[in-house]
Amino acid sequence: MSSIGTGYDLSASQFSPDGRVFQVEYAQKAVENSGTAVGIRGKDGVVFGVEKLITSKLYEKGDNKRILNVDRHVGAAFAGLNADARHLVERARDEASSYRHSYGDPIPLRHLTERVAGYVHAHTLYSSVRPFGVSMILGSMEQDGPQMYLIDPSGVSWGYHGCAVGKAKQNAKTEIEKLKMKDMTVRELVKEVAKIIYIVHDEVKDKAFDLELSWVGEITGGKHELVPPEVFVEAEKYAKEALEESDDSDEEDL
Amino acid sequence: MMGEPLSDYKAPVQVHFSPYEFNGGTILAIAGEDYALIATDTRLSQGFSIHSRESPKTYPLSEKTVLGCCGFHGDVLTLTKVLGARLQIFEKDHNKPMPTPSVAAMLSTILYYRRFFPYYTHNLVVGLDEEGKGCVYSFDPVGSYEREFYRAKGSASAMLQPLLDNQLGGKNQQGVERQAMPLKQCVAMVKDVFTSAAERDIYTGDSIIISVVTKEGTKSEQFPLRKD
Amino acid sequence: MASSSMFGPNNPGAFWTGGPAPGQFYNFPGSQSTSAQNSSQRTLYPVVTGTSVLGVQFEGGVVMAADMLGSYGSLARFRDCPRLLKVNDTTVLGAAGDYADFQYLSNVIQQQVIDEECLNDGFGYTPKSLHCWLTRVLYNRRSQFNPLWNTYIVAGIDDEKPFLGYVDKIGMAYEAPSLACGFGAYLALPIIRDAMEKNPTMTQDEAVALIDRCMKLLFYRDARSLNKYQVAVITKAGVDIRGPIKSETNWEVAHMIKGYE
Repeated sequence: MSSIGTGYDLSASQFSPDGRVFQVEYAQKAVENSGTAVGIRGKDGVVFGVEKLITSKLYEKGDNKRILNVDRHVGAAFAGLNADARHLVERARDEASSYRHSYGDPIPLRHLTERVAGYVHAHTLYSSVRPFGVSMILGSMEQDGPQMYLIDPSGVSWGYHGCAVGKAKQNAKTEIEKLKMKDMTVRELVKEVAKIIYIVHDEVKDKAFDLELSWVGEITGGKHELVPPEVFVEAEKYAKEALEESDDSDEEDL
Repeated sequence: MMGEPLSDYKAPVQVHFSPYEFNGGTILAIAGEDYALIATDTRLSQGFSIHSRESPKTYPLSEKTVLGCCGFHGDVLTLTKVLGARLQIFEKDHNKPMPTPSVAAMLSTILYYRRFFPYYTHNLVVGLDEEGKGCVYSFDPVGSYEREFYRAKGSASAMLQPLLDNQLGGKNQQGVERQAMPLKQCVAMVKDVFTSAAERDIYTGDSIIISVVTKEGTKSEQFPLRKD
Repeated sequence: MASSSMFGPNNPGAFWTGGPAPGQFYNFPGSQSTSAQNSSQRTLYPVVTGTSVLGVQFEGGVVMAADMLGSYGSLARFRDCPRLLKVNDTTVLGAAGDYADFQYLSNVIQQQVIDEECLNDGFGYTPKSLHCWLTRVLYNRRSQFNPLWNTYIVAGIDDEKPFLGYVDKIGMAYEAPSLACGFGAYLALPIIRDAMEKNPTMTQDEAVALIDRCMKLLFYRDARSLNKYQVAVITKAGVDIRGPIKSETNWEVAHMIKGYE
């Protein structure tokens, strides 16, 4: 990497001569080492899917979730460093709780995103701190429909219809772009999200993974929650079948 | 302050805040040769109202130590919680339950810690001492304590104590010495004195619970009192 | 709330000092924040108040009732004040006393229920745990001479069994099969206790009828009550808050009452 040895990458509070902040770029690298996380916003809600890589068989199943609740109506899926993400989610929860305390209403996701992004950004300004090695997708259901935002380690945030972060974000984005998500319901999308996670998973480099799926929308009464077991099984089945079909056709091509 | 808004509409309500309340209850403890006995009524009251008829004021602290605690019930709840936590810490630290004399010493410091905002509680600690003899420790609300052979505390204490002085202490009688009473006779007497107290004291009634600590552990029995 | 001590006692230092706490705005270093002066106010007397709350256990559940009047002293000021709070599917909280203090505590509890839901670990408030928690909150507030001027009654199902618990503004607390506060403690509780003694295995319908009768009686005799009340029924099936309910009243004999003019 061009930055190494130049001395401009030691602090988040110093630019390099060509105008970059290397510490932030390293944080983005940390995100890219993590299993993929996907979020798609459909017409009646948002669906999250995460490829949680299992690095040891000795771990208890289902722990260290990478999809978390922020408030009743807000969910977060993330890629990057687990501990950093948990801190950020804790911060997001405090923001949500504070807004509810002040205004008696659930926090609008746009506002929550701005607050959390501001906090992430503050960690790119000082030499005494390290930026967050986390990209976080926030999704919610509001009066005027579903919302989804992505916050990256630089503190930048964007609204999305479909986004992906982590190892296979490029492949995942290509897959997402094939969908007409604006016309799709979360019921349909949850299968597609499962499929994308299965497609982009690299069986050779990373062996085992857990699929995590969650949704928020009309179907859940505006609550963000992990999808119920029967929906999960159905989506996973659909994903595996789609994968097998494409494997078969790949072989025919040869 | 905005002055007194609509002051003529103000109801004649109490505007004074008192952090204390008296919730009644009587406790009585007797130390025998190889046992210790503690009895309480189960009435919880406030003014002329009865909150509960099933609120015993004895709290088993360990297998061989029982606390009797009455006065302001909010303080009773807090004090027993604090004691419970401290005893658990001791047990984890030392791998044994705290001996009764140590419980008494600790309770004294806990009470004195609140010397200038006291727990409004009357306390008796009973159990067996290091030699297996029955022991009774009695406390004032701010932690002064001593070991005694028998003691009554709480709302009807002034009625029970003189009777105990006469029957157990042999007080004010020429040529009579204090002598240990057998357990059976002791239990019968406790039922009698509580029945009498319930006749005269509105804060004592409903039923009593008698707990007896011996080297085998603690056993309790309930006995009805008048409910009015 | 969690937000106040995000970093715990070991604050990481200057980098986020002046940064916004949740819900606050940025203060750039150097500009002094104009925080309000540290004078404190405490509840020395209740302002807008609610009166009785009644609670009765029956076979497999609990009923609780409270009317909807918010009194301003002797003035019947607000006529639409719900005093029963559904905490979750097993727990309901009823409050008498200062209505603002009740609303404050309601907000705290509701946020804690959300925090608990976020963890998604299957744990939540039980009536017992809420009651115990209230005991500590109210006792600590009275110990700081800054009480929450309420009497609370917690009703619900705990471990499949009905639960009823009482806590007042000084932290005096207990559990009982029937409870009442305010004027209900004098007018309704003796009737409820009598009914329960005669019929120890009350059904839900009998319990609701008993509570209805007592609420009507309180409306007749308690000048700080209103003929508009809510009833909460808590069973294994969940929480059902009914109302506003109006009792059928009969004032035919009222004109014969003389001598108070």
